[in-house]
Amino acid sequence: MADRLKSLWHFFFGDSARAFGSMSLILLVLLAISPAKDHFSQWRRYQKQYLHLIRGRADAVTLERHYQGGIQQIWIPEQQVTDRCTTCHLGLKENSLSDVSAVAYRKHPVIPHSLTEFGCTTCHRGQGAATTVQEAHNATEQWEQPLLPAKYIEAGCGQCHLEKQTATPFLNQGRQLIASHGCTRCHTIKQGDATYILPEDDPPSLKHIADKTTREWVYAWIKDPQAYASTATMPNYHFSDDDARDVSAFIMSQSTPLEPPLQPLTAKPNPDPAAGTSLYGQSFCASCHAMQNAAGMMVGGNVGPELTGIGTKAKPEWLADWVANPNHYDPPTMMPHYRFTDEQVATLTSFLESKTEPDFVANVHLDAPTQQQIEHGKRLVLENGCASCHEINGVKKPENFAPELSRIGSKPVSQLLFVEGVDHNLHSYIAAKVGNPRSFGPSLKMPQFKLTPQQVDAITTALLALTDRAATQPPAMRIPSVQQSKYEPAGHAGQLMHDLRCFSCHMINGHGGDMAPDLTWEGTAVQREWLAQFLKNPETLRPALIRRMPKFNLSDADINTLTDYIMTVYQTPEFDRDSLPASELTPAMVEQGRELFYSKFACQSCHIADYAKDKGYIGPALAGTGKRFNAAWLYHWLKDPQSLRPGTIEPNQHMTDDEARALTAFLMSLKSTGAKEVAKK
Amino acid sequence: MKRSLIVVCVIAQLTSGCSHKSKQPTPLKATATGAAIVESSGGKQIGYVGMPLDQPVVVQVNDASGSALAGAAVYFRGPSGVIFTPAAALTDSSGQVTTAVSLGQQAGRYKLVASTRDASGKNIELTLDEIALGYQQTVGAQLNALYCIRCHDPESTPQRVSNMDNLSVKPHAFTEGDTLNKMSDADLVAIISHGGPALNKSAEMPPWGYTLSKSDIAALVSYIRAVADPPYEAGGLVYARAVTELPYPTSKGGSAALQRGVIALFSNIEPGFNPAAHRAARRILQPWNRSQK
Repeated sequence: MADRLKSLWHFFFGDSARAFGSMSLILLVLLAISPAKDHFSQWRRYQKQYLHLIRGRADAVTLERHYQGGIQQIWIPEQQVTDRCTTCHLGLKENSLSDVSAVAYRKHPVIPHSLTEFGCTTCHRGQGAATTVQEAHNATEQWEQPLLPAKYIEAGCGQCHLEKQTATPFLNQGRQLIASHGCTRCHTIKQGDATYILPEDDPPSLKHIADKTTREWVYAWIKDPQAYASTATMPNYHFSDDDARDVSAFIMSQSTPLEPPLQPLTAKPNPDPAAGTSLYGQSFCASCHAMQNAAGMMVGGNVGPELTGIGTKAKPEWLADWVANPNHYDPPTMMPHYRFTDEQVATLTSFLESKTEPDFVANVHLDAPTQQQIEHGKRLVLENGCASCHEINGVKKPENFAPELSRIGSKPVSQLLFVEGVDHNLHSYIAAKVGNPRSFGPSLKMPQFKLTPQQVDAITTALLALTDRAATQPPAMRIPSVQQSKYEPAGHAGQLMHDLRCFSCHMINGHGGDMAPDLTWEGTAVQREWLAQFLKNPETLRPALIRRMPKFNLSDADINTLTDYIMTVYQTPEFDRDSLPASELTPAMVEQGRELFYSKFACQSCHIADYAKDKGYIGPALAGTGKRFNAAWLYHWLKDPQSLRPGTIEPNQHMTDDEARALTAFLMSLKSTGAKEVAKK
Repeated sequence: MKRSLIVVCVIAQLTSGCSHKSKQPTPLKATATGAAIVESSGGKQIGYVGMPLDQPVVVQVNDASGSALAGAAVYFRGPSGVIFTPAAALTDSSGQVTTAVSLGQQAGRYKLVASTRDASGKNIELTLDEIALGYQQTVGAQLNALYCIRCHDPESTPQRVSNMDNLSVKPHAFTEGDTLNKMSDADLVAIISHGGPALNKSAEMPPWGYTLSKSDIAALVSYIRAVADPPYEAGGLVYARAVTELPYPTSKGGSAALQRGVIALFSNIEPGFNPAAHRAARRILQPWNRSQK
């Protein structure tokens, strides 16, 4: 053995010439390692296979001309993007490769951005600089961001697009859910444009809760809010029976009587058993509140709480007080102050009291609370941050109760605590935390929200968009969110509009809801007499809508104040409402307009000009237009509807000035009162 | 004594690696075999890439006399990226199996296959079509819901009353592939942009070209193509070629790892990604890919 080694040594290094030759060989081999590694690298094999693929296709010549070998890179220093994905993903820009089944070579789906300007990892995540499949796509030790699954891809859009875009329905839904479920009452979320996602829910004040409901109901509600109303957004804290007993004891013990106190109801309800139902319908309560009908279907809006079991929840004297004037119990409420007569209040109250869910509190039997239980309840209320959402006497609203989420989308995985069954990456962590927070340990304070898996994914998408890049990129890269303005109308009319909660449904000067038309320029659009009549008795303008303007039973003086204010203040600066006087609209133009209405523009497909023959069901009925609108408004509306009300679905028909004027003349000649015509039919 | 202890420890260490239970699902023990498998609900849904479908897929196994059969094993499979929860189950007392379906990561049509065995051990299969919308089609779907559906939807609900019956010329539902597939993209863009009269059709279809942008209209066309029934077939649009069967099934000697590699190759990245299997799969797929062209 030793002899053989000796002879081998002698063979290679016996004399200086041999040693030199051998060393040269070794050096050569060592030098060859690097090029060989490069030659046999994974990305080269992908490129070879791509060439093989395109050479077999009809447009091989074009594709080959586009092909560039070697490491490809998209480098955008200001975005910290160094993406070598295009080294293997060679067909991203080739239209003809959209039918290739292998992902690596298929064309990128159509998106509004250029791949070279935005890079790949900006939206898809993963490791841009890597040149092997494993490193680029998967989570490795050095790189914790794996590729984002397709269902969260809109998180990429959300880094720059803070506004509500048609193209990103899930991101919009996620942001909306974060607002509507009050996530930001505990978690602060500051977006890239320095605005905050504000909560849009309306958690009631508990300062006078004992006036409103019973301790039994509070107990059952805390145990399982969705058992009372399936649409409730209040989360479930999974309190034990004892804990729920103590929390309800504390909350009720802190309640003080309303000032001035609730008055017992003296008026008698209308004896007609159908009166309550019809008053509920006439007042359009269903525009905001849902209620289960006899068939078990949920009917109504989701602005206010569900009313299916309201009789079990609310005490009759509280309900009557609330129906009469909600400002008394809860001044910040979104509910308008209807001017009901005492009899109407009694009728509506007895109707609502008849909507009960007796099973909800049937098995709740609570003894009078001990001081110890109340103390324990207080501790639970403090520990669980109840006051983050609800006003409670004697409990301060906690500041920053839960971790800030402004950069959650870039949170290092090393800072997260994972539990069994959750994949080791950020998106799985967020989805698990949102969907099932208590799986991270029973001591975790975050409660269980009632969300479908799809809603959990939507919220995860919105949270993943909150990245470091979103927070730090230059403002020019960002499309800022649309924030509500702080507009409040002034004076007596302003107080009236606040009392009627016009802004719960209508938007004016950037402030308000989107359920009903924007009224910013209503004073230019309509005639004074029509507006006064409409406020007195709102007729239905859009037959297809369920949500309608309620009748507030306003006094003539109130109507005058409102009408004067709207007519003088809400005017567009673009044109004068009297700039197209009736004298300029000739009978010949009316005839020409009629022709245009029915033939060239076929307006009757969506609108009704004549109840006898038109059936269009989409836009508002136009049979009474001559009494409703100002001619100048109609003219400008016909020319460009979106300029007067952005987002309206009325198509811009690109009319000439003469056509628009003739159509205006025709529409202004329509002066029937719709309701009567319908009655005649 | 000490040495034997070390040996025991080393052996224990070495074998502990082998004690991981394989995650292969245990085969279902069917108590009955059916004669036919039929769809109850969940076919022809329109979903989004990578997302769960709104409704679960429900299939029913019937016996020779056509009545529902409990205890038959149903297996689901689909193109790469499709996830079934559960992927296999026994039919319940109503003869049905319900599975939640999450579609793959590429836009297009997905053929899902539900299969069961009959008494002779032969596979009987049922195919369901589902549609996954990609980015552009999703934009189209959103615009459709805002503008088009008001007239182009034959379904009328209390929440959204359809205007279709109020029109003198009935508009086509976007799923009417028989009619709409015969129109070129250019024709569709023209009729959306300039209204019905652009193609000598009714003026009840208004022009949208001054309200919607060009990319909006392109998105609408891609949506109309995506939901057409029968499917629209043309080059140039983004469609996944649905891979309903793995090209190298286990019956022909392919290992499970190889199968995973094939799946990985098609869907880019799966949780159990294995680079070696990926390479092996590519070697096998090259000739197969060539044969597909």
